[in-house]
Amino acid sequence: MNHATIHPLWVRAFHWINAAAVILMCMSGWQVYEASPVFKAIRFPAAITLGGWLGGALLWHFAVMWVLVANFVAYLALGMLTGRLRRTIFPLTLRAVATDLVAALRGKLGHSNLSEYNAVQKLAYLVVIVDIALVIVSGLTIWKPVQFPLLRTLMGGFDNARVVHFAAMGVLVGFFAIHIVMVALVPRSLLTMIRGR
Amino acid sequence: MTSGKDVRTLDAASIIKDAQKELGSSSRRLFGKRILTLGGLALLSGCDLTNDRSVNTLLRTMSSFNDDAQALLFDGHKLAPTYPESMITRPFPFNAFYDIDQVPEVDAKTWRLELTGLVKGKRVWTLGELSALPQRSQVTRHICIEGWSAIGKWGGVRFSDFLVLAGADTTAKYVALHCADNYWTSIDMPTALHPQTLLTLTYDGQVLPAKYGFPMKLRMPTKLGYKNPKHIVAITVTNEFPGGYWENQGYNWFGGS
Repeated sequence: MNHATIHPLWVRAFHWINAAAVILMCMSGWQVYEASPVFKAIRFPAAITLGGWLGGALLWHFAVMWVLVANFVAYLALGMLTGRLRRTIFPLTLRAVATDLVAALRGKLGHSNLSEYNAVQKLAYLVVIVDIALVIVSGLTIWKPVQFPLLRTLMGGFDNARVVHFAAMGVLVGFFAIHIVMVALVPRSLLTMIRGR
Repeated sequence: MTSGKDVRTLDAASIIKDAQKELGSSSRRLFGKRILTLGGLALLSGCDLTNDRSVNTLLRTMSSFNDDAQALLFDGHKLAPTYPESMITRPFPFNAFYDIDQVPEVDAKTWRLELTGLVKGKRVWTLGELSALPQRSQVTRHICIEGWSAIGKWGGVRFSDFLVLAGADTTAKYVALHCADNYWTSIDMPTALHPQTLLTLTYDGQVLPAKYGFPMKLRMPTKLGYKNPKHIVAITVTNEFPGGYWENQGYNWFGGS
């Protein structure tokens, strides 16, 4: 049995705080969205929203945003300082992603060593890290379009920042769904994220 | 015989060791199970979180913290973007806490703007007196807390000029705005003194229509829509936190863009 630590404590702390923050941000964000839907066809039922009304949802959204951002920044800083981010995600090549994706779809991708990510996993984690950064930057633009003119321009104006924010949320939810399925297929990975090995 | 005794001793020791290990790991497992159950319960009771008083107090505290954070972020010299008149949203949306048929009808002849609180100069103003002051106009984006936005053209008196002219104490913390429709809100002094904050008398070059706040609204492109009150009848300069109609119900007080 391998007793070496796969996920150090700071990674596990980040992971679970981030998971809770993302869930609360999505649920409160959907309630905010309902006040003025960007896409007429996409609506969120009250059962999966948080806050009860626009004002209540915004209280949640503007409180939990600090947790999400502080946790994410701390994770990036520690990930870079320890070299873990680079070590676990890179090198990452398109060819490796294609090979591993085919193997995964044929059910032939091994999971004997949970300390080493396969290429599809690496890509997924890279995408979700960049996506959280995008969620934060587009959210900041919606919150402070006058105070951050550069961000406003980058996001293509206030109205477009809402579309970017929504799309980035969609990617995050998509990642979350696949992530849960993968954990269900390899339950040991849940244990390693809880106890570290 | 002696060797047999040794084996038994060793066995007993390892059995105890195994048992201890088992005990240890099972209590760990139990702990893990309990944590998972706690998480599950927390998720299940998610809808009750909103009604919990301590949670609400915490959220309101965070909202006050966000007021301070926004005051720090606010730059009195940073201007909101302006747009060409061709980009004005037509028709500009009507929005209030009541329907359009309940818009208050204000009589221009009897209307007075009353200044109260920390003001040393002229305290009662007529519409004629306000119209006689230097006017300016700007095309800016109105952003609603609901998420939609619309571009409009507002004209009137620069609010900082008016405050100075009226002898208001511009070192005070707040400016409260009371409206003919019983709406009220309040803003921080730095925003009141921002160069784009206008005591608005016109919309799109015409006398301000009733639906947009006749005879006067305060227009701030640096704040969300609910901070831009219409049909203003009284202005109070004060150091005591005045709150507001929506703010007291949970909207963030600073509401800055």
